[in-house]
Amino acid sequence: MNKKNITYRRFDTLIIGAGGGGLRAALQLSEAEASVAVVSKVFPTRSHTVAAQGGVNAALANVSEDNWHWHMFDTVKGSDYLGDQDAIEYMCRAASKVVYELEHFGVPFSRLDNGSIYQRPFGGQSKNFGGAQATRTCAAADRTGHAILHSLYQQNIRAKTHFFDEYFAVDLIKDEEGNIQGALIFDIKSGDIVVIEAKTTLIATGGAGQLYRTTTNALINTGDGMAMSLRAGVPLQDMEFFQFHPTGIAGRGMLITEGARGEGGYLVNGLGERFMERYAPNAKDLASRDVVSRSIATEIREGRGCGPDKDYILLKLDHLDESVIQKRLPGIRQTCKTFLGLDPAEKAIPIFPTAHYTMGGIPTNRYGQVVTPVKDTPEEAVQGLYSAGECACVSVHGANRLGGNSLLDILVFGRSAANHIITQLQENRFHRQLYQPSVDQALERLFRWDKKGDGESVEGLRKELKKVMDENCGVFRTQEVLDEGIAKVSALAERMKDAVIDDHSDIFNTARVEALELENIMDVALATVYSAAARTESRGAHSRIDYPDRDDINWMKHTLYFSENRSIDFKPVRTKPLSVDSFPPKPRIY
Amino acid sequence: MRFKIYRFNPEIDKKPYVQEYVLDKVEPGMMLLDALKIIKEQDPTLGFRRSCGEGVCGSDGMNINGVNGLACVTALSDLSSPVEINPLPGLPVIRDLIIDMDQFYKQYRAVKPYLTRKEPLPELELKQSPKERDKLDGLYECVLCACCSTSCPSFWWNPDKFLGPAALLQAGRFLQDSRDQSTSERLEALEGPFKLFRCHTIMNCVQVCPKDLNPTKAIGEIKKMMLTKTI
Ligand SMILES: Cc1cc2nc3c(=O)[nH]c(=O)nc-3n(C[C@H](O)[C@H](O)[C@H](O)COP(=O)(O)OP(=O)(O)OC[C@H]3O[C@@H](n4cnc5c(N)ncnc54)[C@H](O)[C@@H]3O)c2cc1C
Ligand code: SF4
Ligand code: SF4
Ligand code: FES
Repeated sequence: MNKKNITYRRFDTLIIGAGGGGLRAALQLSEAEASVAVVSKVFPTRSHTVAAQGGVNAALANVSEDNWHWHMFDTVKGSDYLGDQDAIEYMCRAASKVVYELEHFGVPFSRLDNGSIYQRPFGGQSKNFGGAQATRTCAAADRTGHAILHSLYQQNIRAKTHFFDEYFAVDLIKDEEGNIQGALIFDIKSGDIVVIEAKTTLIATGGAGQLYRTTTNALINTGDGMAMSLRAGVPLQDMEFFQFHPTGIAGRGMLITEGARGEGGYLVNGLGERFMERYAPNAKDLASRDVVSRSIATEIREGRGCGPDKDYILLKLDHLDESVIQKRLPGIRQTCKTFLGLDPAEKAIPIFPTAHYTMGGIPTNRYGQVVTPVKDTPEEAVQGLYSAGECACVSVHGANRLGGNSLLDILVFGRSAANHIITQLQENRFHRQLYQPSVDQALERLFRWDKKGDGESVEGLRKELKKVMDENCGVFRTQEVLDEGIAKVSALAERMKDAVIDDHSDIFNTARVEALELENIMDVALATVYSAAARTESRGAHSRIDYPDRDDINWMKHTLYFSENRSIDFKPVRTKPLSVDSFPPKPRIY
Repeated sequence: MRFKIYRFNPEIDKKPYVQEYVLDKVEPGMMLLDALKIIKEQDPTLGFRRSCGEGVCGSDGMNINGVNGLACVTALSDLSSPVEINPLPGLPVIRDLIIDMDQFYKQYRAVKPYLTRKEPLPELELKQSPKERDKLDGLYECVLCACCSTSCPSFWWNPDKFLGPAALLQAGRFLQDSRDQSTSERLEALEGPFKLFRCHTIMNCVQVCPKDLNPTKAIGEIKKMMLTKTI
């Protein structure tokens, strides 16, 4: 790569990531006439928000009675009481407004007969603080993510947002006082290096589903922003909580939306039983995701799976009207036909719990400011740095995310981060003097892949890492297995230092991109296994066979993992909401 | 199974060439993208775009045995060996199977692909009947993969003047949306001999669209709207 020819560009704000979170923030900023640069390693509409299916939660009450307070209760309970209740109140209160805005942006929501937005029931939703099933998920058929992402991109075209499409962000630039000053990026098409100087930087790089072998996540979901933050000295929060979605296509990983169960689908085991009735007598198939995934895994472990090897469960939709499937679930029908040669209107779908969502991430407050402990204060804002979306941890999802709450999260906090940035920009009129040593450090990381000679292969390491994460940090965990996971991932991280690539060309060098991505996901894997080994209780998605119970006395706290010395720290859960009474921890029954 | 893949790295190669790869083990249900990923493990220099692996992001459009399609939803069992893979035709090649899509995106942006409102917005949603909403089906699902536009002879000859099927489908998507308030401006902007009227209803676009969309029909509807407007 050309070390001499580096371009320096200046913007008010840099946004890394053009998924729903990044684009919602960009739109707010562009409309406020801030100069904003959006950097994305893929063309914006190829970001993985495009794959979201089922919908976005908001208590619009278009189908049945509902209000934000019930939504808040469900989210707190769903989080297994680890979510921060101030942020959750903020999100649930903002939900309706944010969805109406989306509609005004042009999102082609499905419609009810009276012309209002269509809503469907989703898991973990209730009326009246734990009562009957609510109907809260606003949907555009089963292509809600596509509809939202494209509409947001389109509105950004109107607002004339400045895009850097197919540019890869390498590292943040940080000065001696700890202010974040932008990032070093390179143009994947040409290999040209650019330093974007910005008064504020927002990380919206999405999740890290590529930690695991079978995943609903895209190949680009490699946790880059999380790793960049770690390298800038910021911890990652609650990384032990990784969501396994109950219904990925067995062996392949494509998602079958929870909306399929919302529309009336249900699960059966090898004996033909509707086993969810045993595990969740009220909510049944629409219990929270962690509950359904564990139930499926238990059925299979106890020999009641389906098929010749009893290694999957069936999702039945064939009792539904064909017109319901065509109208409400056309996307998953197409996916089943393509990947299984099966029409769900006629035959049940083989499914298995599949890696899906990163609950943990870069710690932020509800204004999107990245926060880190400084001396005795648990949460001090990192100057100039913001984060929103799946890469961030606000934390509204706590130990387990409810379906339909992530699209809401990315929109609400993308928007609120942008609003906070706008006030910051009014106070900070000028760019600070760029700190060159930090630029040099980022360059070093990039040029390290120009090294020639023999060494470990990136492909080999990636495969081994996913295998370790599957085996040592999956649905069920024990101390022994997790400690082994730490040893194995650490060994891989060590071998990573000797990795080389053969391709050193500048033009669209995908080998280099994949190497940088592997480095990132390796750092995120370390954070995940270390955090999981530290938490000796079972809560939400973190399910310890050796510590089967939730322990509210010792563990109502967030985990923080620091790259330096690979150390673990904790900070309290924010149990005090903004205006209503706190929801104290209760046993979680669905 | 054998694969003959177009290779070209402008930094190294004087001109494009075809490289052969062999895959010993083809498992049932395997998609072309799965095969390409295995080939890339053997030869990491092979360049192609990909992301979602399930036909929703539109990254991996390519010309497969002469037909444009998305590798991730193309089953190997539907392909005859050797599989000949080329970049999507008609646009400049950046490297291997990766094309420069700037012109394609420019035409997309040219149709002002966003909802426009002139009246103040209500506090709640804009109402739209299910029937009005049904009109958007078959229009909004486009993944911008460019399979259609790069199979269209009219687009090959005039990529800067003819908008091409993908952009016209988007134009149709907003013309059909009961909430949009720029119908006459949109129609006016499509007038002239090129932008819309270079479509000669050859239907290549319809045959290749991996999302089963029908740009030709959308174009026909726009032409109809223009006629009613002039009457
Ligand atoms: C299959 C599937 C279905 C889902 N369905 C639902 C649903 O129905 N409801 C719901 O609420 N949630 C759903 N989710 C979850 C939700 O879709 C995601 O959590 C959310 O879309 C993430 O959005 P994001 O903006 O944070 O990130 P993403 O959309 O993943 O965007 C990340 C962006 O960062 C960019 N980026 C990353 N690294 C770099 C780098 N190094 N340099 C430059 N750019 C970079 C990428 O290019 C991309 O633009 C689903 C998730 C999946 C996988
Ligand atoms: S029908 Fe029109 S747009 Fe489609 S391929 Fe033919 S000329 Fe092109
Ligand atoms: S209309 Fe079809 S072929 Fe054309 S860009 Fe859209 S999805 Fe691709
Ligand atoms: S990889 Fe996304 S469409 Fe093929």
